[in-house]
Amino acid sequence: MQDDPVIRVIAKVLIPAMMLFALYVQFHGDYGPGGGFQAGVIFAAAFILNATVFGANRGRHVWPERLNLLAICLGVLLYGGTGVASMLLGENFLDYDVLGSDPIAGQHLGILLVEFGVGLTVAAVMVSLFFTFSGRLSHIRLMNRVEAHEDAARKGDTDE
Amino acid sequence: MEGFVINALLLVFLAIIAIAALRRRRLFGMVMLSGAFSLVAATLFVVLDAVDVAFTEAAVGAGISTVLALATLSLVPAEEKPHSISIGAAILALATGLLLFAAVSDLPEFGAPDAPVHVYLAPDFIEGSRTDIGVPNVVTSVLASYRGFDTFGETLVVFTAAIGVLLILGGWTRPQKAKSKNSEDDHAG
Repeated sequence: MQDDPVIRVIAKVLIPAMMLFALYVQFHGDYGPGGGFQAGVIFAAAFILNATVFGANRGRHVWPERLNLLAICLGVLLYGGTGVASMLLGENFLDYDVLGSDPIAGQHLGILLVEFGVGLTVAAVMVSLFFTFSGRLSHIRLMNRVEAHEDAARKGDTDE
Repeated sequence: MEGFVINALLLVFLAIIAIAALRRRRLFGMVMLSGAFSLVAATLFVVLDAVDVAFTEAAVGAGISTVLALATLSLVPAEEKPHSISIGAAILALATGLLLFAAVSDLPEFGAPDAPVHVYLAPDFIEGSRTDIGVPNVVTSVLASYRGFDTFGETLVVFTAAIGVLLILGGWTRPQKAKSKNSEDDHAG
């Protein structure tokens, strides 16, 4: 697929549009359909398209594994942290009323943070699932080669 | 009438896609048809005014699941193993289907305002979403605020699933075993 100019050009045009649309879905979820989960999936789809068209190596380069693990954990921590913050301010866990100057502002801030946490975790999880499944193939090939190499070496030992 | 025609068309289309997917031997075609099934299901959800659910179905069911299944296809044979229909399983499936059909007649009519689900908590949520939370999309205010605990649990499920997949398939254990001899030198240096 990497040699086809049509696919390359279309992907290059589509990827930024997909990321922008994901951000729109993420932050416009209060007013229209959408939210963290859908936004995370769309954001991940942009990276997966990049990896399928331009190769897994380049795909991994723009989304390093360490950053990925960090994002998975940060999203959950952001969600839980919002709950703990509302607890520390004297309300129940995940009751956002106290986060802002008035309850409605607090609810808006809380929903924004929580949805962002969901989006971060879901996007990172989807990308890492894709890379894990597609990386499995090269891993299996590598292991087969290692085993074949070891077998050959063992055979050589017994022959001599 | 219009709605009935659209619904009937979409449902017939769903059934055709499902049967076509069942009759297929090649896994690639099956994956593509399951993606198409999700897309038609998403359209059906739009007709039912469940736009958020339709969005999720289109993005997850038709989009990401298809991609993940395609990534998995590169690891497995291209064709399904031939298998015969087990009579016990077929009877069980038919009986369950008939039971569900029988149960449908007990459900309240679609969109009935006096259905239990519409009289218990939903009015509070719809009213509170405007006055207490100030978010026009009721789905968002229910998901993120009223049902914040559930969504936190869902996020944790996604998190746990990813950690599990990464631990099992991420290859963090095998390479150590494979190159234990030379890696010791690397660490020392």
